[in-house]
Amino acid sequence: MIPSDPKQVKQICFDRINIPDVHTLAVARKHGAYEFLPTVLAEFTAAKIIDEVKVSGLRGRGGAGFPTGLKWSFVPRNTGKPTYLLCNADEGEPGTFKDRDIMRFDPHLLIEGMIMAGFALGVRDAYIYIRGEFVHEANVLNAAIKEAYAANLLGENILGSGYSMELTVHRGAGAYVCGEETALIESLEGKPGRPRFKPPFPAVEGFYRCPTVVNNVETLATVPAILKHGGAWHAAIGVPNNTGCKIFSVSGHVNKPGNYEVPMGTSLKTLIEDYCGGLQHGSVPKVVIPGGSSTPWLTAEHYNTPLTYDGMIKAGSMLGSGAVIVLDETADVVSFTRRLAHFYAHESCGQCTPCREGTGWLERIMDRIEAGQGCEGDLRVLKDASTHMAGRTICALADGAAAPILSMLKHFPEEVRAYLAENAA
Amino acid sequence: MSAQLNATPHRFSEARLAEIAELVKRYPSAQSALMPVLYMAQEDFGYLSMDVQQHVADVLNLRLMQVREVVTFYTMFREQPCGSYLLEVCTSSGCMLNGAYELVTHMADTLGIKIGETTPDGLFTLTEVECAGACGGAPVVQVNNVYHEKATPESMDALITQVRASGGGK
Ligand SMILES: NC(=O)C1=CN([C@@H]2O[C@H](COP(=O)(O)OP(=O)(O)OC[C@H]3O[C@@H](n4cnc5c(N)ncnc54)[C@H](O)[C@@H]3O)[C@@H](O)[C@H]2O)C=CC1
Ligand SMILES: Cc1cc2nc3c(=O)[nH]c(=O)nc-3n(C[C@H](O)[C@H](O)[C@H](O)COP(=O)(O)O)c2cc1C
Ligand code: SF4
Ligand code: FES
Repeated sequence: MIPSDPKQVKQICFDRINIPDVHTLAVARKHGAYEFLPTVLAEFTAAKIIDEVKVSGLRGRGGAGFPTGLKWSFVPRNTGKPTYLLCNADEGEPGTFKDRDIMRFDPHLLIEGMIMAGFALGVRDAYIYIRGEFVHEANVLNAAIKEAYAANLLGENILGSGYSMELTVHRGAGAYVCGEETALIESLEGKPGRPRFKPPFPAVEGFYRCPTVVNNVETLATVPAILKHGGAWHAAIGVPNNTGCKIFSVSGHVNKPGNYEVPMGTSLKTLIEDYCGGLQHGSVPKVVIPGGSSTPWLTAEHYNTPLTYDGMIKAGSMLGSGAVIVLDETADVVSFTRRLAHFYAHESCGQCTPCREGTGWLERIMDRIEAGQGCEGDLRVLKDASTHMAGRTICALADGAAAPILSMLKHFPEEVRAYLAENAA
Repeated sequence: MSAQLNATPHRFSEARLAEIAELVKRYPSAQSALMPVLYMAQEDFGYLSMDVQQHVADVLNLRLMQVREVVTFYTMFREQPCGSYLLEVCTSSGCMLNGAYELVTHMADTLGIKIGETTPDGLFTLTEVECAGACGGAPVVQVNNVYHEKATPESMDALITQVRASGGGK
């Protein structure tokens, strides 16, 4: 069980993760799943739930860190249209693999969080949009949902409360951009996943133009603990404005890659050295990408940065989805960046010219540089193109594509130059 | 396998049509069921030929164009047959840093094909994919969508040998 003293709390979403067979309803229930749900359905009003979530300070774990309670409070009431709840389980950002573990090991935690969120928002139909590759995870979720229906935790008149909710798992099909919430909505409508202009935000006009809340798996999985222990309890974990715990997916050149849920405010160095067993080579990382491939790179000088939204911004990057990619001294930053440039060119949906053309340029130039055929002018074009993409497009994919290029040029200009034709050995 | 089946036009079985009718009820509009129905078609018919796409359009009462747009936008929908064993090697960030390129090159050598190709016996297709969302287990290879984490040249060689020895039955 979660200890009641918030200062002792180390894990929220992963609290039950190591219990064998906790993906089954019987075992999950033995360990507290759905225990508090009847109280919420019987005694909490929608306003109280939203208020607790506001007080908790919970911020969206999908990457943007938008306050969850605030987002929920933007949903208009009595529009005469249904309100939808969509769980974003697209998890496509290179480096991110946290939602997968929640879904395959403790699916009932997510389901319970969705019932509570759905109840607060007056949702009748909820969906989990899961990336297509996660076939096993989708099967585990479907089995858990089936058990939940059989136990009247889903469907008509849940536990006699008068509240009814349907939950459906919907598989994506291999398009990174569908993790962007409006592209996800388009995709769920049976169309290509091309992002829409925001505003209007989905909260006001989303799935089939109805009010829609899109939340990340980890965000929704945090809700049961918040309601059970209270918003203030959650707010006391971590540091002000960056409350609670966060799952960090650590990959790359560390000895023990994996998911680690730690209180917000833990330092990058502690995460890498104490949890991940340090680097494969050397003692200080060459590069740390703190929030997934779309976030700007940090170098050794920021090794002590606290893992918080604010701390990462101060250090010049972003906490993003908490996907920490570590490069040690053996890494070739040019090849690495070339690979990311290929990723973004491949994943651009193509509707904005700066992104469609820009990602293509970046990829072609990086190919050329890696092949030892680049020239000094290429560096200028890389910089210009990246600078002109960011912030000029419908969605943030273009910003993400620019980040690694700009980071490489900023931190390692000499390594890039060593690759240029005139300098190639 | 698929080539043979595709000689005759494909139609969903009655059981599938019933399943689709149930599925459609879970969404505000039948168009939302398009992606799940395409997955069913791919499972039943091997790949999404033009004939299959037309059938899906008919079943969901959509225009062929609406189906084509979706099939071509998403990488997991296939318009061509592929080998019985689809080997998808992640070469994205975390996997690249942990030897994915060496691994995929080794697998191509073992199979005697280039990345993107299918072996002449139709058993294996080898492709490179973007981050599979399991970077903690890098390098990651998906074999018909089953994740093999911390894959090594040896473990992949063993898998290939085993499939070949068993005559390729799944
Ligand atoms: N988890 C993953 O695999 C990935 C995560 N990301 C992350 O996604 C982030 C960008 O996401 P975006 O959705 O573009 O950010 P955003 O800032 O536009 O939105 C964040 C959330 O707040 C809501 N919101 C913001 N202002 C609102 C308002 N005035 N009224 C109602 N709702 C409002 C949005 O609807 C959305 O749900 C990046 O920071 C990146 O870290 C990017 C790629 C992949
Ligand atoms: C290109 C792109 C891809 C994204 N992919 C994901 C994703 O895979 N999972 C996710 O939860 N959010 C993703 N997001 C962020 C979503 O748009 C949205 O902010 C999030 O789902 C909101 O949920 P939250 O408030 O709970 O974080 C992506 C954003 C962009 C721009
Ligand atoms: S920025 Fe890129 S991915 Fe996003 S909508 Fe524009 S073209 Fe599509
Ligand atoms: S980089 Fe290969 S699974 Fe993420």
